[in-house]
Amino acid sequence: MGKESYESLDYDVIVIGAGGAGLRAAVEVSENTGLKVAVITKSLLGKAHTVMAEGGAAASFGNVEAQDGWETHFYDTMRGGHFINNYRMAEIHAKESPDRVLELENWGAVFDRTPEGRIMQRAFGAHSFRRLCHIGDRTGLELIRTMQYKAIHTGIEVYQEVTMTKLLVQDGRVAGAFGYLRSDGRFVLFRARAVILATGGWGKIFKVTSNSWESTGDGAALAFRAGVDLMDMEMVQFHPTGMVWPPGVRGLLVTEGVRGEGGLLRNAEGERFMKTYDPERMELSSRDVVARSIFKEVQAGRGSPHGGAWLDISHKGPDYVKAKLPGMYEQFRTLADLDITKEPFEVAPTCHYTMGGVRVDAETCATSIPGLFAAGEVACGLHGANRLGGNSLSDLLVFGRRAGLGAREYLSQSVDWAQVDESELDAEMDRVLEPFHRPGGVNPYHVHEELQAIMTEHASIMRSGDVLQAGLEKLLALKEMVPKMSIDGSRVYNPGWHAVFDVENMLLLCEGIVKSALERKESRGAHWRTDYPDELPQWQEINFVESFDGENIRLRTEPVKAMPENLTKLFSYGKAPGLVAREGKES
Amino acid sequence: MGEEFRLSVWRGDPSGGQEVEYRVPGETGMVVLDALQYIQHNQAPDLAVRWNCKAAHCGSCGAEVNGQPKLLCKTRMDDYVGETVSVKPMQTFPIIKDLVTDVSWNYQVAKEIPPLDPMYPAPFQMQQVDATRVQEFHRCIECFLCQDTCHVLRNHEGQQQYFGPRFMVKIAEYEMHPIDGADRLPLLADQAGLGMCNVTKCCTEVCPQHIRITDNAIIPLKERVADRYYDPVKILLRRLSGKKAGPTQTPSRSST
Amino acid sequence: MAQPLEQTTTAKTPKAKSKTRPYWVEPVVTMTVLGVWVLYSLWEVLFHNSGTYHNYISPYFSPGVGEWFGWHVLDALYVAWVPLVFRFSCYYYRREYYRGFFWDPPGCAAADKPRPRYSGETKWPLAFNNLHRYAWFLVLIVLIFLWKDAVEAFFFKNGFGVGVGSLILLVNAVLLTFYSFSCHAFRHMVGGDKDCYSCDGKPTTSYKLWQRVSRWNVFHGTWAWASLASVWAADLYIRLLMMGVIHDVRLF
Repeated sequence: MGKESYESLDYDVIVIGAGGAGLRAAVEVSENTGLKVAVITKSLLGKAHTVMAEGGAAASFGNVEAQDGWETHFYDTMRGGHFINNYRMAEIHAKESPDRVLELENWGAVFDRTPEGRIMQRAFGAHSFRRLCHIGDRTGLELIRTMQYKAIHTGIEVYQEVTMTKLLVQDGRVAGAFGYLRSDGRFVLFRARAVILATGGWGKIFKVTSNSWESTGDGAALAFRAGVDLMDMEMVQFHPTGMVWPPGVRGLLVTEGVRGEGGLLRNAEGERFMKTYDPERMELSSRDVVARSIFKEVQAGRGSPHGGAWLDISHKGPDYVKAKLPGMYEQFRTLADLDITKEPFEVAPTCHYTMGGVRVDAETCATSIPGLFAAGEVACGLHGANRLGGNSLSDLLVFGRRAGLGAREYLSQSVDWAQVDESELDAEMDRVLEPFHRPGGVNPYHVHEELQAIMTEHASIMRSGDVLQAGLEKLLALKEMVPKMSIDGSRVYNPGWHAVFDVENMLLLCEGIVKSALERKESRGAHWRTDYPDELPQWQEINFVESFDGENIRLRTEPVKAMPENLTKLFSYGKAPGLVAREGKES
Repeated sequence: MGEEFRLSVWRGDPSGGQEVEYRVPGETGMVVLDALQYIQHNQAPDLAVRWNCKAAHCGSCGAEVNGQPKLLCKTRMDDYVGETVSVKPMQTFPIIKDLVTDVSWNYQVAKEIPPLDPMYPAPFQMQQVDATRVQEFHRCIECFLCQDTCHVLRNHEGQQQYFGPRFMVKIAEYEMHPIDGADRLPLLADQAGLGMCNVTKCCTEVCPQHIRITDNAIIPLKERVADRYYDPVKILLRRLSGKKAGPTQTPSRSST
Repeated sequence: MAQPLEQTTTAKTPKAKSKTRPYWVEPVVTMTVLGVWVLYSLWEVLFHNSGTYHNYISPYFSPGVGEWFGWHVLDALYVAWVPLVFRFSCYYYRREYYRGFFWDPPGCAAADKPRPRYSGETKWPLAFNNLHRYAWFLVLIVLIFLWKDAVEAFFFKNGFGVGVGSLILLVNAVLLTFYSFSCHAFRHMVGGDKDCYSCDGKPTTSYKLWQRVSRWNVFHGTWAWASLASVWAADLYIRLLMMGVIHDVRLF
């Protein structure tokens, strides 16, 4: 192979990923600091998976129910995460999210309003009070659009449609990232003093998923290979309500807002089955519980015609449904020929979110490699074993900003650009171009389909030891296909070529998921083991942490950080702190 | 479903190209993007098509289906039973490859629009009735189908003179925001080129988000520009009273 | 929190089969209809001096400005330009004639030869369309007279009665009222120019008016065509009566 050339660009900070967290981080780094910042995205600006968020952003304003406060938000988040969350992240998140939401309002987001003219908040699963600031059912669109326009006015440079294939680390600190431009296949080196990862999750490992094609876990895999630890990888959230029919839209998200606005779940016999599983919270139970309940109903033979449950919002009347859930109305009308204001519709669990990810410091979002930061879905810790609806959008904002601040602080110690090893780049370019030189190899799309089939069969919503073990063996066998994937055509906008690296990244992460799922011998949150159906106190004390040496994934346990007394007290009342009389509580 | 769909997909690059025919097995509720993905996964892995969410939320997959600007993920194959479905890239933007076009011009224009300039920092006091009007504009998913169909950009090479419907909606979103204190009429009248629009409403027709672009954004903006620059009585009254043009409230700015 | 402005657009029945017509069909139809209407109007205005038949008066000749001042050359000219200017500068008709006569554009997403000399509505005379609001005020005056005519059409020599002509003039007045009050410029005047309807407390009258006009405005195009047809029909009916081709039918 002849020597390839590449373009070299120097920035103080690069942010990989242009979703909510990436843009929020970039704004924090660049606004009024004079730092040179680039945001690098795999697709076009404003198309990131954040747009898919529908229900809202959780922030304890108490605009609708005044008892709400950060303590109750914190309490709900920890309970929802089954106490393996990083308590400090949950605390920061609960305290800071109202400010972050108001920032959005300053930057142009227009939330739905209460009759008093304040931000409207809706009920959501496992939130004790009405807490989700929303704009109909397209809150994520509002968030990303607002951040996008904020970002382009703070002097950030945006590189669209760039695939990053390698994170560069030199002398134990980050040196930048290397990849290619999708539009023409040219290589590009971003040298940077600090790198912020905001690449989102890896929901594309399942066939039935609410995630867009981008969610292939690139950032986590890049960091993992570079030596960063991943944590809680077994925790993959299934959203209880995805579309079921027709086949082309299977998995497409039906917002939890439908239940938040009063939607009812029924089985084939017309029974509100949630009363058997969570009589107190019913449809508004946490996602892991509702998803499992639907799954169990289907298994028991009480499923809807296409293997789901019936969700019904028609009793709310057409005007209300169209005003509060316009996107859902439109989605079903055009894609399923169905009017949700008149009839119930089928829903079934769909892969939605990955709680696990890059292990970060709660205060600064720093990873174990100096100069490398991570925020948003790619990071880990806030959500524990199960994420509450609405905590993701506020997570992006709170920790996006924190990562930005972390990077700024790191740069204030006047770190210079690290050297880049030319031979490493040459090797990387050869590796990336390899698939063009393997005529007659394996189609990367088919490897991806195979991967999805394995994960669905072996590591989905219901897991058990033998099935996971068999899955792991299949995954290791599938890994053999990686060096055989090949692609025809040119380097110009060649999706098959791009798919090769997506598949590689997902395979690595899947192995991590299955390995840590095998080790967590209990059921907790999203992780449901039929061979260990109970939640066991000794497992509440540990997180599983994985590291990668280039060949093998090594798994170890780390103790969950203990909460200080002022926080443990919040769990001693036997009910949400907001429901306890306000005196005797610190603010 | 057993039946088979025929698609004629434009393949090529800036130097030229042609339509290539593919056959795809039908499935209930199939959309054009499903068919293209089938082709991509099984027949032509290098077929370039942009898509992200496949749920009509992100606006990545705009193209022209049988000559009409559409979102590929929202256009049902069974709308074209018995026809060959022709899929072409958006014609207004330069081709990169196959169905992928270079839409970067739009991102350049976006930078020209000054951001919201609140008269006081959040939390805002705002009633739903006031929010509703601008929330319509917030539905935009930036698929740029309106930019594609707009004849000013498409047939008259108006990129230098007109921002296009998408950005009229964006400006309307700020201009009609109850708390915004900036004066956007000079921009509209001059650089943004509002006058280039001749209200022929193709943008409204193609909008997958059903934003009434012309009636609710462009025409109200034209009326505001007329207030300022065309209405002789208003201009005279402003001269006589010595009042400065612009928002009536005095902005009490504070940055956050 | 209902959003009345959107319901009409989202409530489309699913799966309206897209029968692909050539893009030029619509503009050609528009061109023909509007063209015939203009020719008819010219014939009416240039070759006639009166539009009165007993208690009926054609909308082309009302109000009878010529009569007031004793001018009797082309009587219709003193008034007929007002609705013409109103319709010419109307946001809806602009869509129609730019598409139909200028072919800017002939159809959505039609492939057309690049014509870089296009200047939209930035230059005179088309920039004149920005003063549509003045045409609205003028047409409002005419509208008052048309209502007066409609009422008078029910009072025959022998007292109150209803003829086909009376009904036509009444329908015409109603349609023109809807057309005029669903006008975009009117919508702007009654509240569209405001950014905030509730900033001084409760939503104002201005908000309610703006809401109502907005609801009508959705169908502005429908009113535009319907009132064009009714004006035409009213005038033609009276012209035929005057020419003795037909006789008015008294219903009672």
